[in-house]
Amino acid sequence: MLRLHNVHTFYGHIHALKGVSLEVNQGEIVCLIGGNGAGKSTTLMSICGINKIRQGIIEFNGEPIMNKPPDQIVAMGISQVPEGRRIFPRLTVLENLEMGAFLRRDKAKIREDLDHVFSLFPILRERQKQAGGTLSGGEQQMLAIARALMARPKLLLLDEPSLGLAPMIVEQIFKIIKEINEEGTTIFLVEQNAHMALNLAQKGYVMETGQIVMQDDAKALLRDKRVREAYLGE
Amino acid sequence: MKKILRVMVISLWFGFLTFPFMGNHAGLLIVLLLAGGGLWLVITTLRNTKTVKQWLERASFYQQGFQRNLNRRDRRIVLGILLVLALLFPLFNNRYVVDVAVMCGIYICLALGLNIVVGLAGLLDLGYVAFYAVGAYLYGLLSINYHTSFWLALPLGALMAATFGVLLGAPTLRLRGDYLAIVTLGFGEMIRIILNNWDRVTRGPNGLIGIEAPSLGKKFVFSQPIHYYYLILLIAIITIFVVNRLNHSRIGRAWIAIREDEVAAEAMGINTTRMKLLAFALGAMWAGLGGVFFASKMTFISPESFTFFESVIILCMVVLGGMGSIPGVILGAIVLVVLPEMLRDFYLPFMQVDFSRARMLIFGMLMVLVMIFRPQGLIPSARRKLELHPKKDEDILEQKPEFVYEVASKSQEL
Repeated sequence: MLRLHNVHTFYGHIHALKGVSLEVNQGEIVCLIGGNGAGKSTTLMSICGINKIRQGIIEFNGEPIMNKPPDQIVAMGISQVPEGRRIFPRLTVLENLEMGAFLRRDKAKIREDLDHVFSLFPILRERQKQAGGTLSGGEQQMLAIARALMARPKLLLLDEPSLGLAPMIVEQIFKIIKEINEEGTTIFLVEQNAHMALNLAQKGYVMETGQIVMQDDAKALLRDKRVREAYLGE
Repeated sequence: MKKILRVMVISLWFGFLTFPFMGNHAGLLIVLLLAGGGLWLVITTLRNTKTVKQWLERASFYQQGFQRNLNRRDRRIVLGILLVLALLFPLFNNRYVVDVAVMCGIYICLALGLNIVVGLAGLLDLGYVAFYAVGAYLYGLLSINYHTSFWLALPLGALMAATFGVLLGAPTLRLRGDYLAIVTLGFGEMIRIILNNWDRVTRGPNGLIGIEAPSLGKKFVFSQPIHYYYLILLIAIITIFVVNRLNHSRIGRAWIAIREDEVAAEAMGINTTRMKLLAFALGAMWAGLGGVFFASKMTFISPESFTFFESVIILCMVVLGGMGSIPGVILGAIVLVVLPEMLRDFYLPFMQVDFSRARMLIFGMLMVLVMIFRPQGLIPSARRKLELHPKKDEDILEQKPEFVYEVASKSQEL
């Protein structure tokens, strides 16, 4: 479904991604783990077209997308939950969700999807008239995910959904991510919380300083000695 | 004791600030010193007084209720009454008052245009007056050199200003906040300086003289303020209508998203480049219209009319009225045009001091007062209220611990 081949991205002179190749298949949950500054978020931003890549190929359903502007990529069915949630703080929860459906014009189906995300996150239904910025961290993360779902993505990119949240909330959110996947949305998850991510995903990639250093079945990575030492604190 | 000391310091500071206005009136010095201290005392006590607080709260409560509870029919009736009042207005007032009303109309268009850029898209533009100048000089030059009709110049001016909007927008797309403000400020000054120095075309500081007034057919030429009044009323109504539609359109929502968080807006699939350029163009357009009208009304324009101070005043109208709120911005424009005019006649008989010299000072003071008591603007837009007076939301935040627990238990039910 999604394929990156030898992708290079720069920030000015800084070589952030040094030939990243990875693949996400239809219906999978794939996770990308790695430390701070490894290039995980840059990878996501490159997929979305917000960071332009300098070299390499990014394909979505067999079609190259690396030269497309972000709005076209979203329209093709790739939706991102950005790092740090980035909800619209002064818009209400409902307006935030409507913003997620910005590119869609099928009003009836938007209504349907709204009901659907409210059933996934009942707390958002209660708070729909409240400003997004007044929600708690966990609720904001839920809102960010719900907002991305409002675009009806085929592929959902999640950037550190566990960031700054209490373990209990993280568990809830991961449960919902699984649910979303079971409904047929492919998920590409970037995480520092390697344990949670590898438990959820089928396939995992490990990233260090702009390169993929390991790739395997998620369960195999969980057992891998190097991964356990570097990312699982053993 | 501390309070007295503070009052004294503030009095001295106020006296220092107003020094240039005093001339050689020793009496005035004392009055101003006392006024400064007194003012500070009044403000601080007022701010802490329960009744004033309640009064302010009640005012915004009623206003909110008024805005929210008016259904479509009622709103039409209110707008209809306002329109009738506006139509009858010049019949009961003298030329001077109508003339001031015409200026109000121009500034309403300008402020509503700037509101698109600043209030909706959140791009701080300090050189907005440049587009006003573009419109005015376009008509001025066309009229003097080619006797172009005003009615043709009107759309041309709008188009030209919109083009300049894109020209300014394109290189500043990556800039935000302070940096954008500086570049736009520079752009505004550039236009003025070009107008001032390009003698061969713009006749420099002498300005353009003998611009033709608009005419209808061969016989009727606009000459009285009342003629211009009805014309600007029409233009203002069109502006209000279009800006209101924009505000509630997809484009308006995209602008608001960009203002809130540009990266997130981009991730939602909003083409931020196009939308920002569109904001600059559609904002500048109204300044262009206003400029053409201004040139035809004055029949004389010079670079002096398009200084940085004008940009600041227009920005003040937007902020004072309430960023992003159309009724607010209209009120802001009216207040900031009418107020200095009213202060022209301000006179303290017992002091034999003509306060009209200090009118800008008083004007500034009133602005400060409004910003202290009503930072969200006179008629704030619904979203600004959420930002600056998160009253109900605060209560929710205070309950946070249970709140999180509640979320957790709710989610577990899934």
